[in-house]
Amino acid sequence: MLSFVFRRFLTAIPTLFVVVTLSFFLMRVAPGGPFDLEQPLEAKIMENLQKAYGLDRPLWEQYLRYLGNLVRGDLGPSFYIRDFSVAEILMQGLPVSITLGSLAILIALLFGTVFGTIAGLKQNTPTDYAVVGFATAGVTIPNFVVAPLFQIIFGLTLAWLPVGGWNDGAIRNVILPVIVLALPQIAVVARMTRASMIEALRSDHIRTLRSLGLGTRVIVLHALRGAILPVVSYLGPTAAALLTGSVVVETIFGLPGIGRYFVEGALNRDYTLVMGTVVVVAIFVLFFNMIVDILYALLDPRVRYD
Amino acid sequence: MPEAIFHIRNLDVRFRTNQGDVHAVKSVSLSIGPGETLAIVGESGSGKSQTMLASLGLIASNGSVTGSARLTGHELVGLGEAPLNTIRGRRVTMIFQEPMTSLDPLFTIGQQIVSVIRRHRDIGKAEARKEAIAALERVRIPDAARRIDAYPHEMSGGQRQRVMIAMALANKPDLLVADEPTTALDVTIQAEILDLLAELQREMGMAIAFITHDLGIVRRIARRVVVMRRGEVVEQGPVAEVFGNPRHPYTRMLLDAEPKGLKAPAPADSPVLIEARDVKVHFPIRTGLLSRVTNVVKAVDGVSITLRRGETVGIVGESGSGKSTLGRAIMRMIPATGSISFEDRALLPLDKAAMRPLRRQIQLVFQDPYGSLSPRMTVGEIIAEGLLVHEPHLSAAERDRRAAEALNEVQLDAALRNRFPHEFSGGQRQRIAIARAMILKPRVVILDEPTSALDRSIQKAIVELLRDLQQKHGLSYLFISHDLAIVRAMSDRILVMKDGRVVEEGETVPLIRAPREAYTQRLLAAAAEIGLDRS
Repeated sequence: MLSFVFRRFLTAIPTLFVVVTLSFFLMRVAPGGPFDLEQPLEAKIMENLQKAYGLDRPLWEQYLRYLGNLVRGDLGPSFYIRDFSVAEILMQGLPVSITLGSLAILIALLFGTVFGTIAGLKQNTPTDYAVVGFATAGVTIPNFVVAPLFQIIFGLTLAWLPVGGWNDGAIRNVILPVIVLALPQIAVVARMTRASMIEALRSDHIRTLRSLGLGTRVIVLHALRGAILPVVSYLGPTAAALLTGSVVVETIFGLPGIGRYFVEGALNRDYTLVMGTVVVVAIFVLFFNMIVDILYALLDPRVRYD
Repeated sequence: MPEAIFHIRNLDVRFRTNQGDVHAVKSVSLSIGPGETLAIVGESGSGKSQTMLASLGLIASNGSVTGSARLTGHELVGLGEAPLNTIRGRRVTMIFQEPMTSLDPLFTIGQQIVSVIRRHRDIGKAEARKEAIAALERVRIPDAARRIDAYPHEMSGGQRQRVMIAMALANKPDLLVADEPTTALDVTIQAEILDLLAELQREMGMAIAFITHDLGIVRRIARRVVVMRRGEVVEQGPVAEVFGNPRHPYTRMLLDAEPKGLKAPAPADSPVLIEARDVKVHFPIRTGLLSRVTNVVKAVDGVSITLRRGETVGIVGESGSGKSTLGRAIMRMIPATGSISFEDRALLPLDKAAMRPLRRQIQLVFQDPYGSLSPRMTVGEIIAEGLLVHEPHLSAAERDRRAAEALNEVQLDAALRNRFPHEFSGGQRQRIAIARAMILKPRVVILDEPTSALDRSIQKAIVELLRDLQQKHGLSYLFISHDLAIVRAMSDRILVMKDGRVVEEGETVPLIRAPREAYTQRLLAAAAEIGLDRS
């Protein structure tokens, strides 16, 4: 297992390199630059700015310099959010996004598997239809509809919770955005758990347990352990996506996470900020995929990596 | 029979399906005495398994049961899950056909046996574990104290079936229902499991309801037999009486289903079609950080074989012997070393393009008629697909005409070619698979266990069809099978394989009558015990 983790770590480095290289050049292919405003700058000012940020150098030189800085952990200064380095921006936003994302993942895993298991056990009953109906709604209704709806109901009409703001992560402020983030994931996890639960309950080894008089509790335990495997592999990339923030949820609730920097950075051609978020997301994806593989080996004794 | 411990009376099982109700078991009555072995025989769809599953409340949720099934006086039909669960696993237990999937792959065998013991008896974990070890020892699992912590995938099929038996007998039930428990196993393992069940029955005294399609097994293990067909009992009584003097035509048909006769020998001067010398297929196993080759699996290890025109060579062996791998190597579906020639043309040096025109000359038919036909294509499309590659100039109408012709050749109605595979039975599907090979007018057909998934009576029909086609077209067959009765009916010569090597080779009749090698003798002895007629 250790050898597996080590090997995965080694293969992560070239993957990261490919991601960084592709993003770097794709970003530069896009027309416009960080200093193109609605009112064009004077040519002399533009020239000085380009020079100050090294954008006047040949592209390959900029690329090599970026790689060199990256290896030393320097993500460079932001072009658009002046006086901040990309690292500073990400360091401020990441804790917010990670808090929201990890809570949403935990809630999705808990409620999703519980609902899915109950629906799978009670296939084609009203309970099952209710779960499936909820799951369909959860997947199809977009979060930019759910979020304002919740703000109106719980924030304005009932006035139970604040409509937005971070407020240093006070629980009251976190509840609504976490629920909005978690709802579609609960729905997906519930659907997956239900489907694989139904399949597991039909399997030969569950028939064996039934033929030996083992009750529902043991049967659910056995079926769920097999049924959870596809959910685990789904949750890996999903966790990476959630922990690195959601543009819509963060914007609607006015939260200082990193999700919105994807969009802002890209729209403003803030090259270093975009590259910084890409690196962070890539690391999260690689990390969680490795976690999934390790979990898989722990859950399924047939999976061995050496 | 007043002393019966298990008594089924007028049992009916119906399933609600989208195509209407299916009446799977029709008014079945039977009884089993204490310590007795009752065989329930029938072909697939006869309702033999559903009868017992329904009695124990184990049928699918769309099924309904009426009638009566009493175990030592307690009525089981209509009992709720909770009271049933105190009886199942304690008084009556079941073992199944599929040893590879009947155990949970995610739990150790110890965990699974212990949970069964503790479900029914109020004993501690440590004591239950001791009993589990004893149960494993009872089914002759060597080194049981250590093996108890193994996962199912670390054991062979035969061992897994032993574990299933250990689980089923851990609480010393009165009745063991064995549903085709040896069907998926190699013939020598099959004999071992049957012996084990008989020994355990002597030791523990439980009654056994043995569900099987194999009359040889019935003769060997049971005194009384129930013959079922299409959900009904057609005949029951002592085995000697029912088999010696069958009253129902269906029983006679079953008894007569053993493939008979021998293949008409090929002329001695027939030209050699396939000549393979010293064929080796080795699979490297890579491990560690740098994926170094640490071991080699020698799936086929230096096999030579000659196949003449009009001849059938039977390749016999148990699972893992390399017989299927050899067939695939000869077709160049997997890389091999050595030399393989087809009509004096060396095949191994040929590249893909040079190989293509030869491919139609050597066709392959697989074992599984359910998995080997695409469910999304019509039968006509499946059969004609090879023509797209080998005769691309043909018009659609001409392809269709040839597909119809091929269906006629395998004695299926050509009008059925617009239907999909799921509308056909296993035997019909295997005919379709044969038609798919025949449409290309091959010289050699490699048949990889073509009858193993089929009922005996259907096997017989397929054997006859294959022999007819061979006569008509002068085909040569490589017939790969573990089933000695079928191989004997098909082959001129037999090659016995074990662990990738040829153990023995010879003319069919002398080899079966008087094998020289110890392994072949064991194989034939095991097959004879369950009904192979070696005369």
